[in-house]
Amino acid sequence: MELNGSQILLRALMNEGVDTIFGYPGGSILDIHDELFKSSFKHILVRHEQGAAHAADGYARSSGKVGVCLVTSGPGATNTVTGIATAYMDSIPMVIVTGQVPTPFIGTDAFQEVDITGITRPCTKHNFLVRHIDELANTVREAFYIARSGRPGPVLIDLPKDVMRAMTEYREPVSPSQGSAEPVYLPDAGPLTETVNLIKKAKKPVLLIGGGVIHGRATAELIEFAHKVNIPVTSTLMGLGGFPGTDPLWMGMLGMHGTYYANMAISDCDLLITVGVRFSDRVTGRLATFASNATIVQIDIDATSINKNVLVHIPIVSDCRSALIQLNALLDRNGLEKIREGREDWITRIGEWRTEGPMSYCQGEAIKPQCVIETLYRMTKGDAIVATEVGQNQMWAAQFFRFDKPNTFLTSGGLGTMGYGFPAAIGAQVAFPDRLVVDIAGDGSIQMNIQELATAVNYKLPVKVVILNNGYLGMVRQWQELFYEKRYANTGIGGQVPDFVKLAEAYGALGLRAVKPGEVEATLAKGLEHPGPVLMDFVVEAEEKVFPMVNPGASLTDMKLSSGIGM
Amino acid sequence: MDVQEHTISLLVHNKPDVLARIAGTFSGRGYNIENISANVTMNPKITKITIVTVGTQATMVQVENQLKKLVDVIQATHMKSRESVRREMVLVTVGGDREKVMKAVGELGCRVLKEKPDHFVLEVTGSKEEIDQALTYLETLDMKDMSRSGMVVL
Ligand SMILES: Cc1ncc(C[n+]2csc(CCOP(=O)(O)OP(=O)(O)O)c2C)c(N)n1
Ligand SMILES: [Mg+2]
Repeated sequence: MELNGSQILLRALMNEGVDTIFGYPGGSILDIHDELFKSSFKHILVRHEQGAAHAADGYARSSGKVGVCLVTSGPGATNTVTGIATAYMDSIPMVIVTGQVPTPFIGTDAFQEVDITGITRPCTKHNFLVRHIDELANTVREAFYIARSGRPGPVLIDLPKDVMRAMTEYREPVSPSQGSAEPVYLPDAGPLTETVNLIKKAKKPVLLIGGGVIHGRATAELIEFAHKVNIPVTSTLMGLGGFPGTDPLWMGMLGMHGTYYANMAISDCDLLITVGVRFSDRVTGRLATFASNATIVQIDIDATSINKNVLVHIPIVSDCRSALIQLNALLDRNGLEKIREGREDWITRIGEWRTEGPMSYCQGEAIKPQCVIETLYRMTKGDAIVATEVGQNQMWAAQFFRFDKPNTFLTSGGLGTMGYGFPAAIGAQVAFPDRLVVDIAGDGSIQMNIQELATAVNYKLPVKVVILNNGYLGMVRQWQELFYEKRYANTGIGGQVPDFVKLAEAYGALGLRAVKPGEVEATLAKGLEHPGPVLMDFVVEAEEKVFPMVNPGASLTDMKLSSGIGM
Repeated sequence: MDVQEHTISLLVHNKPDVLARIAGTFSGRGYNIENISANVTMNPKITKITIVTVGTQATMVQVENQLKKLVDVIQATHMKSRESVRREMVLVTVGGDREKVMKAVGELGCRVLKEKPDHFVLEVTGSKEEIDQALTYLETLDMKDMSRSGMVVL
């Protein structure tokens, strides 16, 4: 039987296991929507295409599945670009389907024509312009394969309207292969043996994990490994949840706003084993002093991550999980007892640093943002999927909530996209309708995709938004305070504009506000209990800062622990 | 570290956007293309691209790995100069005295492609060094224009 392009697209998506699509319609994808109407796909209609892209991303991060987003040509397509770049920087598997003007019109500046494959070439893992219906089924198969395999990432498929209307016989797609881009999954034996020997000799080892542990589903193997050899663990922002935040070996996040003890430990260690880390500048601080006493072993599936920023001694190009399984097997054949015992001094030293510079803050008259997060953690017992916006709110969430499971912390790390958290939380709530999903937000960021309140209300998605309302673009203000002599140029955003409670109500959601420390718990209790979407406005200390802080380009040991105190 | 010239040979799918992807990989990561040549191979669906670039050995490893990550790149090889044969071509328009030009043709072993009363078009093929030498020589004549190819390597 002959099918049209739209039918082939949906069939090919179904073959990939897709049942949910985030999108927004328009002229060039009317045919696809017409087929969707007759199908069993769940299409979540957002209010802005950026929201669709972030929602597909949140769906992917929380579920580990490929997130799918469908938008029209021209402005629909360009509106997804921030979402695509966000996913690309954090290696999130996504397929973005964009409409395109009919093939004979391409290149004529037709109405709503934009060269979206050209625009997204540097921020997709790959992209396709499908010029003929016979390529369609194979292209969809290839797109999903590329999005999922190796280091995951977003893939865009641009579909001209005439291709969607053409007819052809449906043929099962062939298995793709990626030539030189085909990832290496299994590690070489040599460097693994070397690593085991280094572990045996090391007096002060540290494990540093990143997002690769989560993408590679390597948490169980990582926990086994860390405990087998008794090595303390720190993580990048992207790795949070990859190792339990309540484990005794856990040191918290490192880097610019990392814990004092993690930053001290990494600077003093003699062996650094990294798993799924790409050494962002926010993590390393000054490169010359980063782990400068250590032999560095780097496990990563992407060969371009190796020696890009930090020169490593033992590179292991491999899927994280395979490498850890093999390391664990090798270690079992060695005298582990001895390795474990030798660690006492080092663990004690880290304990001393923890006492010297604990994660803390001072209570005051106003609500402290950190206190809101701690209370949220206590009340939920950590059993939640937490998305964040960007800025101070994001860092406090990373510092004061403990993530015990992978795929429970959704945050824009690489791109730092304000407006990411709320739509991402919506995507996660679609993937897990019965779980508690919270977006920890700033008063600035939440306004970047606030329109998605309508989506949450319409689909009865009970996302809880916790706004840490400091009346400022707080993180930028913090830099102005520290580096620009308190000239707060264009960072004051007023606090009470808009009235978030009334705004929530206008959308048909519940709005709550807390202004005194004593109200935090009751407000959270009421908000978390409510069966629908809630916006909670916590009016917090306006000029609170995120500490510890390593100034950009400074060494990790060069931390400010609180206003005026350097260490 | 030592900054040197390096030659990368690529086999890629012959698709309209493949050059843009490769050029984008260079520009986006801050590497420069010194010269480039591209044409189909014995298999018309596959194009061979030769790129000469300048950088340290470590940068070259990054460049090569970045190129390998492109889905349409089938193979990326960093060509070692000792093991490969390299050729470039240059077309030169020179004017002036016929006798002097013919002397140059004889000494450089180049071909005369066109002869007009007031100018000649010459072709020189050779290694990069031979081409450089030829050009230095021809510049002493009345050189009016030239067009130099990228490098081809086997
Ligand atoms: C889309 C976008 N624009 C600008 C920035 C720069 N930026 C980083 S943090 C920040 C302030 C965020 O303010 P808010 O959401 O209120 O969070 P706070 O830091 O106050 O918690 C800004 C403007 C950004 N990260 N993303
Ligand atoms: Mg703010």
